[in-house]
This record gives sequence, C-alpha cells and structure tokens, in this order.
Amino acid sequence: MFSRRGVFSKVIAGAVFAAAMGSVLPASAADTIKIGEINSYTRLPAFTEPYKKGWELAVEQINKKGGVLGKKLEIISRDDAGKPGNAVKIAEELVSKEKVSLLAGTFFSHIGLAVTDFAKQRKVLFIASEPLSDAIVWSKGNDYTFRLRPSTYMQSAMLAKEAAKLPAKRWATVAPNYAYGKDAVKAFKSVLKELKPDVEFVEEQWPALFKIDAGATVRALEAAKPDGIFNVTFGGDLAKLVREGSIRGLFEGREVASLLTGEPEYLDPLKAEAPEGWIVTGYPRDFIEDQGHKDYVAAYQAKFGELPKTGSLVGYNTILTIAAAIEKAGSTDRDKMLAAMKGLSFDSPSGNVTYRPVDHQSTMGAWVGRTAVKDGKGIMVDWFYADGNDYLPSPEKTKALRAK
Amino acid sequence: MGFYLAQFLTGLASASSLFLVASGLSIIFGVTRIVNFAHGSFFMLGAYLAYTFVELMPHGILGFWGSVIAASLAVGLIGVLLEITLFRRIYKAPELFQLVATFGVVLVIQDLALWIWGAEDLFGPRAPGLEGAVRILGEPIPQYDLALIVLGPAVLLGVWLLFNKTRWGTLVRAATQDREMVSALGVNQSRLFTSVFFVGSTLAGLGGAVQLPREAASLLMDLNVIGEAFVVVVIGGMGSVPGAFLASVLIGELNAFGILVFPEITLVLAFLVMAVVLIVRPWGLLGRPDAVLRGASGPPEEPLRLFTPLSRNLILGLVGLLIVAPFIADEFTVVLLTDILIFTLFAVSLHFIMGPGGLVSFGHAAYFGLGAYGAALMVKYLGIGMISGLVVAPVVAGIGALIFGWFCVRLSGVYLAMLTLAAAQITWSIAFQWQDVTGGDDGILGIWPAEWASDKMTYYYLTLLLVFGGIYFIRRVVYAPFGFALRAGRDSALRVEAIGINLKTQQWMAFVLAGVFAGIAGGLYVYSKGSIFPDELAISRSVDGLVMVLLGGIQSLLGPIIGALSFTLLEDLVTRLDYWRIIFGGVILFIVVIAPEGLAGFARKLLPDRLTGKTEEEARS
Amino acid sequence: MSLLAVHTLSKSFGGVQAVKDVSFELAAGEMLALIGPNGAGKTTCFNMLNGQLKADTGTVLFDGKELIGLNPRTIWRLGIGRTFQITATFASMTVRENVQMALLSHHRKVFSLWPRAADSFKEEADGLLDQVGMLHQADRACGILAYGDLKRLELSIALAHGPKLLLMDEPTAGMAPQERITLMELVSSIVKNTDISVLFTEHDMDVVFAHSDRLMVLNRGEIIAAGTADEIRNNDLVKEVYLGGGSTFDAGEKGAVHA
Repeated sequence: MFSRRGVFSKVIAGAVFAAAMGSVLPASAADTIKIGEINSYTRLPAFTEPYKKGWELAVEQINKKGGVLGKKLEIISRDDAGKPGNAVKIAEELVSKEKVSLLAGTFFSHIGLAVTDFAKQRKVLFIASEPLSDAIVWSKGNDYTFRLRPSTYMQSAMLAKEAAKLPAKRWATVAPNYAYGKDAVKAFKSVLKELKPDVEFVEEQWPALFKIDAGATVRALEAAKPDGIFNVTFGGDLAKLVREGSIRGLFEGREVASLLTGEPEYLDPLKAEAPEGWIVTGYPRDFIEDQGHKDYVAAYQAKFGELPKTGSLVGYNTILTIAAAIEKAGSTDRDKMLAAMKGLSFDSPSGNVTYRPVDHQSTMGAWVGRTAVKDGKGIMVDWFYADGNDYLPSPEKTKALRAK
Repeated sequence: MGFYLAQFLTGLASASSLFLVASGLSIIFGVTRIVNFAHGSFFMLGAYLAYTFVELMPHGILGFWGSVIAASLAVGLIGVLLEITLFRRIYKAPELFQLVATFGVVLVIQDLALWIWGAEDLFGPRAPGLEGAVRILGEPIPQYDLALIVLGPAVLLGVWLLFNKTRWGTLVRAATQDREMVSALGVNQSRLFTSVFFVGSTLAGLGGAVQLPREAASLLMDLNVIGEAFVVVVIGGMGSVPGAFLASVLIGELNAFGILVFPEITLVLAFLVMAVVLIVRPWGLLGRPDAVLRGASGPPEEPLRLFTPLSRNLILGLVGLLIVAPFIADEFTVVLLTDILIFTLFAVSLHFIMGPGGLVSFGHAAYFGLGAYGAALMVKYLGIGMISGLVVAPVVAGIGALIFGWFCVRLSGVYLAMLTLAAAQITWSIAFQWQDVTGGDDGILGIWPAEWASDKMTYYYLTLLLVFGGIYFIRRVVYAPFGFALRAGRDSALRVEAIGINLKTQQWMAFVLAGVFAGIAGGLYVYSKGSIFPDELAISRSVDGLVMVLLGGIQSLLGPIIGALSFTLLEDLVTRLDYWRIIFGGVILFIVVIAPEGLAGFARKLLPDRLTGKTEEEARS
Repeated sequence: MSLLAVHTLSKSFGGVQAVKDVSFELAAGEMLALIGPNGAGKTTCFNMLNGQLKADTGTVLFDGKELIGLNPRTIWRLGIGRTFQITATFASMTVRENVQMALLSHHRKVFSLWPRAADSFKEEADGLLDQVGMLHQADRACGILAYGDLKRLELSIALAHGPKLLLMDEPTAGMAPQERITLMELVSSIVKNTDISVLFTEHDMDVVFAHSDRLMVLNRGEIIAAGTADEIRNNDLVKEVYLGGGSTFDAGEKGAVHA
C-alpha cells in the first residue's frame, strides 16, 4: 500500500516536471554568439518565410567568413503564432534560459510593441526588424529598441511626396481598419496637406483586415468621385480590391498611390492582373543594377532557387545590423552594443543604412515607382531608391515625437 | 437610384457567397449537433483545390465550372473521410466534445495546406465568359456577381428539393428534430450522418471554389470565414437552411449599405446583428426552440465526491511541489508555470459555468480581457498600483459579466453560446477601435508589476496564491448550495423551478462569478506580460479556453486543470518545431479518439479506486 | 373552506380550446383524481395550476390566495408540491442530495457559497427518504435508479417543504402494475398521516377508483362529470367517452360549436 502511493506520486510528479522542463535544450558551445529571433512564422508565412530565408543566407555568409569577433552567429528562432503574449514568453525564455545577447525579429506591429516594451523592462537590446508601427521608435520608443524597416510614416511620406506632384486634388483613402492603416492614412494626409494645401479628402473606407467586402468598398469609393486614391490594403484584401476595382472601372482615369504594393510579396500573387500605373513603394529586385545587390540576389537564388522578396532583404539586413553592431562594440556586452547601435552605419545590398541616434530608426529606404505588367507579371517601372533619411522628420522634430 | 440598386446587387452577391458556406454548416449542425470549427478549413480547401484543378484542366467555361464541381466533391469526400475516421468514434462523448476534434482538424489542415500549396496567395483566373461587367441603370455590375446572385438561390432550391422531395431529406429533417427517434425507427444512423457530412462539406467546398474568381486562395481563409459563417447560421436558426439564406442576405445588405455610412462598422457588424436578433428572437429567425448543445446523450455526470484521503495527500504533494518549484527549476520554468497557472484559473472559471452551470460560453475571453484592460487602463490613466490593479481587474470583468450575463442566461444551448461570443466580439471591437483610449491594436504597454513583485519568483508566488485561492474558492462554491442549485438547474430546469429556485438568477450570478475569476486571471496575465492587446479578447483566446476545458474533461472538476496544464505545456513544446500545428493538431486528435471522456475521465478509468473513490456501480460497469 | 378553489379556468392554443371553463374545489386532506382520455386537457390544467402556463381566463384560489399570474417557484413557496408525468430529478446527484436540494431552497440557502451542501439538512432529508422507503438508497447516484425508485424519490422531493397540496401528474405512468399499487398506497398513507391534499391525474382506472376520494372526468377540455367512484362508474356520459366509439366525435362537434 505504501509503495503504491510512492509510485503514484513519483509518476505524477515526474510527469509534471518532465513536461514543465521538457524545454531544456543542451547547452550550446560557448564559442557562438547567440541571437534570439521571434516572428509570426505560422500566422503569416507568406511574409515571414522570405524573411527567414534572408537571415539564414546572411548567417551562412558571415559564419563562412569566420563569424563575428571570431565567433559564429547562432540564431535561436521561434514562432510566436501571431500572439503577443506568446512572443513575450518566448522572449523571456530566450533571455533567461538561452542567454541570448540580443533579440530580433517580429512582423506584426503589436507584437513588435510587446517585445519593445519587454526589451525596456528586461533591459535587453531588441532589433525590431519588420514591424512598421511608428510607435516603436517614437511614442513608445525606448533606449533598448532599434527598428530596421522603413516605417509606416516614411513609406507614406514617400508616396505623399509623389502624390503632391500630381494634379489630383480630391483624394479618397482605403485602408485596413487597424493601427497600421490608421497611421498610414494619417501620415499620408498630413504630408500631402503640407506639400499641397488645396487637396481635399473626400472619402475614407476602413475594411476589416483580410475581410474586405471588396465590391461594396469599391462602390463606396467610386461614389465619392475622387481624382486619386490612397490605398493601404495588402495581401488578400489587395487582390480582391484590384479585381473588383478593375471590373467596375474604379481605377480608370484615376491616380492610385498604394503603400507596399510594389513589394514582391504583394505584387507577385497578382500575376497578369497586377494594376498598371499605380505609384507604389516596393522592391524591384530584378532590376537593381548595383553590384552589391546583384551579388546578394545571386547568392539568394543559388541557395533557395527563387528571387528574394522584401522580407528577404529585411531579414538579411537584420543580421548585417547585428554583425556590424557587435563588431563595432567589440563584445556582446549589452551597454557596449547599445552604444554601438546609436549611429551604427553599414553597407547593405540596398545601400548604406544608418541608425539615427535620435530615434533608433534606420535609414533603410524603399523603392518608389509605378507598377506595370510585363510578361504576365507585375513589375515596377520608373523607380528610384528613396533613402529613408529624406523622409524622416528632422532630429529636432523627432525629439518631440519620441517618448522620454 | 442606379447607385443604390448596384449596391444592393453587390450585397446580394456577397450574401450568396456567405450562404454557400453557412448552409453546409447549418446542415451538419442540425443533424449531428457538431459545432464544426473545421468548416472554414473545408471552405479554404475548396478554394485551393479549385485553383489546382483550374490549372490542370483546359481553360474555358467547361474547364472552370468542371473544376469548381470537382473541387466541391473532393472536399465532400474529405468530409466523409473525417466523419468515418474521426467523428464517428466520438458521437457518444459528452456534449460539445467533438468541437475539440474539429479544432485539431483545423490545425492539421492549416499545415497541410501550407505544405501542399505554399505560403504565397494563389490568385486564380476570372471565370471564363464572366470576366467583365454589364451596365445596369448605368452602373457597372460584374457578370460574375450576377452569376453568384443566381447561384445562391439555386443552391437553396436544390437543398430544399433534396430535403423535401427525397426519402433521404425526410430522414435528415426528422433527425434534425429528434435524433433518438430516427435511430429508434431503425434508420442506419451512421450512414445518414456520413451522407450529411458529405453534403455539408461539399457545400463548404463549393463556397470556397466559387470564391476563386473573387479572391486569392490563401491560408487565412479558414479562420476569416468561420466566424461569419456561424453568425449567419445562428441568425437564421441552427439547422434551418432557408434561415441561413435569409441571414446571409441580411448581413450582405447591411454590410453593403453600412459601409456607406460608417465604414468601420464592418469590423463587428455581423456580431451586432446577431446579438440583436438573439435578444429579440432567441432561436434565430427561422429556428426552432431547443437546439440543445449536446453531442448525443452522453452518460450522466457522476455525483460530486470529495477527494479520497490518498488523492488529497497527492494533491497536497503537488501543491508543495509547486511551492518549491522556483528553488529547483530555472527562471524560465517559473515564467512558464506562471503562464500555466493563469490559464488554469481561466479554464477553471470557464468550466464553472460550462460544467456545473451547463451554460456553454464561446466568449469567455471577454472577461479575461476586461480584467486585463480594466487594470491596464487604470494604470495608464490613474497611475494606480499593482495591488489596486489586481482588485480592479475582477471588478471590471464582473461588471461586464453582470451586463452581458443578464442577456445571455435568457437563451439556451448554442444560441446562448453564440450570444456570449457576440458579447466578446463587441468588447473586442471596442478595445480594437477606440484607439484614443485603449490604444487600438497597438495595445497598452508598460503594465509591469510593482517593484517588490517584479522578480519572477515573487510574481510566481503571487500568482500561485491568487490562482490557488481562486480554484479553491470555486471548488467550495461548486460543493456549496449555490453550486448544487446550479447543477440542479442544468440537470432539470423544470424541477428547480418547481422547488422554488429562480434558475435564471442562479445562472446569472454564476456567470458573474465566472467572469470575476476570469478577470483575476486577466489581471495576473497583463502584469506578467507587461502589455495588453485586443488579441486577449479575441475568439482564439475563447477557443483556447474551450479546448482546455473539453480536452481535460467537462464532467470532472479536475478536468479544466488537467486541460489547461496539458494544453499550455503542449503548445509551448510543439511551437519550437517547424510545422508544429500538424503535430499539435495530431496530438489533440489522438487524445480525442483514445479519451472521448476527456483526460480527467480517461485517467479516472485507469487509476485505482483508492485514488478516485469510484462507487461500486461504476467499478462494475 | 376548501383549500383549492378553481373557477372557470380556460386555455386555448392557437384556436384550439384545450381547457374550457373548468371549475372545482378541493378540501384539505382530500385525494381528488382528474381523469380523461388522452388530450383531454389534464396536463394543461395542471400546468396552469402550478404557474407553468398562463391561463386565458379564470381564477385559482389557494388558501384564499390567487395563483393565476404567479410563477411556479412562487406557487411552490405557498405550499404546493408537484411531481411530473416524466420524472424530473437531478441525475448528477445522489438520492439524498436531490432531497437536500429542495430543502436548501425551502430554507432559502441557494445563494450560500461556502458550506457543503451535502452536509446540510441531512437528517431531514433522510427522514423524507425514509417516508417513501428510499433511505437505503440515499447514497446512490440518481442517474442509475430504476424508474419506480425515481418516482418515489420525486415524491419525497415534492414533500420536502411540507406542502399543503400535492399535484401529481400521472404518478404511476411508466410503472409496472405491482409498483403502481405500492406507490399509490404510499401516497394514500401519507395523505392520511399528514392531512395533505392531493390532486392527481391518472390513466390507470384501478388506481383511480382505489385511491381517490372523489373524481372528475375531463373530456375535450371540459369537466363532464364529478363525484365519488361509484357515481362516476355509473355515469353514462363517462361510459360513452371511455367505451363508446363515436362519442368523442360528437363531443368534438359540440366543442367546435362553442369555440
């Protein structure tokens, strides 16, 4: 009788603890630099897969050349399943158990913000690679967080500057109903108004993210008879909007400025039905003649058998950022890395990238051009590289935006 | 005039799409009483398969519509396969348990689709012959919209004929009203169920396939459509196909005209309509009373028993282990245990109304989120301390439950469940939309514990104290007259009213109590994560809770604890792997098949009497 | 004064007159049977008496207090117990707990959150179970009881708050003949010992004639006869309703004219 009780308590206690500590992984060799990476791999694979390939390529290249400070980079990459709570838990594990030197990643703005706040609380360096929210470096910015990708504000400003050159005066906007859409519309409006005070905004549509009722939305836009349309929808919403809009002639004789639509992630799936003549931000990866970029594309194609996408470049530059920062700091000491990150400058396939000391935003830019269809697929034409630095508020203005 | 007519036709086209998905869901629920979360996955498969077939077949009108039909039938067969291999094994399980299986199927199909079709959205061709638009009163109307406007009523007619003019249809209608009767009449029930699954899944596949000319096949289609499909089914009345049609038209048109006036409304419109309809007509537009949420007549629940001395000692031992855990485990394990404890309290509070209360809630996340937001907003605007925050959390959640509960307890079964979901979605949309106050989906940041509790170990002990206090309190309540009256009302509403108990009030108070404890869990959660986002109020959080409760075993008080523990641990373990959803889903399906009474019930069968205190009758059976 | 006075009670469902101008009185300690063929309106009548259905017209005075418009739980508190045609008990509780539940409600303890319900009013519950011969099964799960035992359990639940009147809808339905006799003898003895009144409906004529002080015959919603067992046995109209083939048809036509 006694023995049975003993067996049972042991079995159950053992099961609980084996499960609780099942996450124990073998401690890895001390000659690597561990980097914790978190992203929404299962929630949005269309965008995070290319990103992952991008950083994998960079890690491979750097490690082949002997790593950083003589140590190889080791990425511990985890899926947050699209849940901010999970991301914070994983961040905790990466920091406290894996003892990573810094954190990187995230795609969704709210998850980026959750980890931003975690970084501040746990005093750990965080490179927010993909999230676009302005809050990450401005209203919710902190000493520990740096952001790589050109923000919502920057990309909207790029389009607003181009839109200001057009004769169009009556504008309508269509954006997914969440923070990114709201921020983009706000930024576009304010920059365009500033550059061209006589513009009017005659209609706003706010379809729920990934649930656009495209027919009805298109008709509502059409009813306002705008000269120009600013579009922020993307992914599946964009595809529906394009198809319903073109059948109903919404885009005929109208200018369209469309955020991110030139990115291969969004343009490629549209194939021959990609819109023509839209002003977009994006990434004309097959036409960039710069040698550094050509080498990067070649290496990427060799490794994965496909062209890189925007996410690939962001993933690649994330690792370049980390390598450059550790190199500059001369160690993985947190304070030294933080100091190194301020004003960090390095060359990437997309040109020079500098992290502004004032708000920790990188100057990585985007390509602005018009869309066209060639050989049954959407491409960008008449594009130019918009350096992020030209679209950011001045350091003085930024100080007012940034949290203390 | 032309403009409004065109907007009306646009609404009708959307309504047709919606109806195709919803009709299949309604038919399956009507007969099998399975709340099929995987219906959205069938819809998604329909779109992907249609894409593949369109690519394979010769282009042209025949090739296109041939692909649509082939894809629908293929999805129908997948439905049949699932019914035969999976659902058939668990019809006898306690109410709603099949829902867990459908949850597992959703996960598995998500990863399979990613594996087969890749991550990129697949944009199919337009329908041959219907590429353009025709002008009606000067307004361009896509030809394909017109085709859909015809297809919706045509399918409705087809289903009506099938139901009213065939022997099969007569049986299905009879089974919708009284399953026991049909089996008593000697009808081969399993063949009937299989055929119902085939029809329902085929309709879902058709719904997905005909979407191809309108939207790209993507991995988000399943979850995007399922919520709205349920709403349509419920507004129409569960099991009523004409009702589903009516509801689709209602939602489609309200959407089409709503966005002209208030574009942001699309976020929550369907759920608002559902809430209003359910308050006015508790069984939907064309539904019948008593769509009771019981998956077959499961065995009656056992009377409550106290722990045997042995099991009490064991549990005390486990508590002791949790108390010393921070000294023997690493820091992250402590964080993970904190998470587990919080979700355990959440699951126990949900189980309290679902198990003893018999009120199924699909929207319990509302109270978790209200607790978290209550605390976070007070911190943000009033700068209150952590202790005050943890006091505010249950109060706010309790007030929310007091308001929503009053409406919800007036309904029953699946309608009640859907009203709780509507309440949660409305709460979610407020948190999401009211950017100036709640920060919208950027959430509220910087809600960290007070200095003295900022250490992970201290916070763990605080959580342990509150969670154990909460669970112990709920357990006492279940054993107290209040809990007895609640269970009595679940067993026989007729009898409790006939012995002087106001069941609605009893249930309402139980709702509030469950809300209060979910609120405590939410408060603990926000301080452990430092931030709060609308996600914590969303459907997925509610579904996680449901799966924990059902997986653990709804008929056992230990069920939600076991369920929360295994769900959270399993999720933490598998998300480290690639294609983890297929593994997670697979494990859940495995558990569902081997332990249809839930993990707690399964363990009870295996464990010795000294531990479980089985009665002699039970031991004999 | 009579305990229960029913006056011109009527109820129709969508044009069908289910109960029509039913009036009767019941004295304290009396056992009154309400009989009639299927669909005669017996259960509708019952449901109006205990508040489950709202009467169209009529009054029901219990101890001089109007019952129409009150809900079942209020009527129960006034001292009326009820058993159902198909037993309504709590399957997930033990036999004793079923009775304790009624006692807890009677003592207004259902919002009590802390003490154990299973420890409350235990002696009282056991006493009630003993009265119906169910004490030896007090700890068994209600869900596994034989049907006859369930009926007896339901009786003890209905008696838990010491009612002055017991409404029993087909108390012996679904039971074996021997069980019926036992149950009705049990009810009779309780009536004798406690001075409680019982109004019951019944199909089994042996039961009715053996155990009622008085009978009423309901047909097509109307009381067609009332009296002692012998009076009813010899009533021609009753014979017609129960034995005659075409008589129900005639009654139907008569009802149609009135409607």
